Amino acid sequence: MKVGVITFPGSLDEGDARRAVRLAGGQAVELWHADRDLHGVDAVIIPGGFSYGDYLRCGAIAALAPVMQSVIDRAKDGMPVLGICNGFQVLCESGLLPGALVRNDHQKFICREQKLRVESTRTAWSSGFSEGAEITIPLKNGEGSFQAHDETIAELEGEGRVVFRYVDGNPNGSRNDIAGISNAAGNVVGLMPHPEHAVEAGYGPDSPSGIRTGTDGLIIFQSLMGVLR
Amino acid sequence: MGRIIVEVMPKPEILDPQGKAIAGALSHQGFTEFTDVRQGKRFELTVEGDVTDEALEAARKAAEGVLSNPVIEDVVGIYAEDK
Repeated sequence: MKVGVITFPGSLDEGDARRAVRLAGGQAVELWHADRDLHGVDAVIIPGGFSYGDYLRCGAIAALAPVMQSVIDRAKDGMPVLGICNGFQVLCESGLLPGALVRNDHQKFICREQKLRVESTRTAWSSGFSEGAEITIPLKNGEGSFQAHDETIAELEGEGRVVFRYVDGNPNGSRNDIAGISNAAGNVVGLMPHPEHAVEAGYGPDSPSGIRTGTDGLIIFQSLMGVLR
Repeated sequence: MGRIIVEVMPKPEILDPQGKAIAGALSHQGFTEFTDVRQGKRFELTVEGDVTDEALEAARKAAEGVLSNPVIEDVVGIYAEDK
């Protein structure tokens, strides 16, 4: 299974995302933001970082990049797309997901291990979890506060499209403690914390089995493999 | 050369932590008159010749489609700058 990982100027976590894909059993394909060609991939990951258009709004100019036109077209046909952190911002700005991400309510960049509850297993990227499971993956952002109109929030909640929710404290003022959402079809997911940093023992968050042993993030990439198979 | 100004502000209901921080800095400097600060953006769009109605219309479309995000921001002004 070929999973494309897009690099924008300012992307930081594309290497980690490709590694996560490989650890989950997929083939990682490098995609460049200025190239429209998706090189025959079965799914796309938009990794985290600081997109080059952040001075307008986070993700705004990245959303207009040539590769995103192709991603938008394929996503509407059902191709799985995951946006992590800046990638979540890009998905919102590109119209694939509703709402917007704004500066953290406390104005500070935050970096910590974050507990999340899996609220929906009906997406391409969360099917491998059991509903209500609590997972821990790293969070690191300055503009991670999810905002949307009241009607949009009601729609997301009513349709079960809140996929991940912050547990044990809201790190950024996000509405309804929302950490990740999906589109109506469930193939497009945006998530603020970073599952690609919790895929291999020795390099992940602390877990009950020991320090740095957390690999909860890997299940997100394994979920995709289950869907593509 | 003509110039069109586009002004964008965060929506009133969206928390503006930057504005809050600036308000705090102002009051620390003794500017106690201001009860609130909100920070927005100003764009200057330059056109060949005078600003025409067509150019203003294009600026309106650009303001709503690119320069602002209607989920979190309002376009509060689009006008030709007086020379």
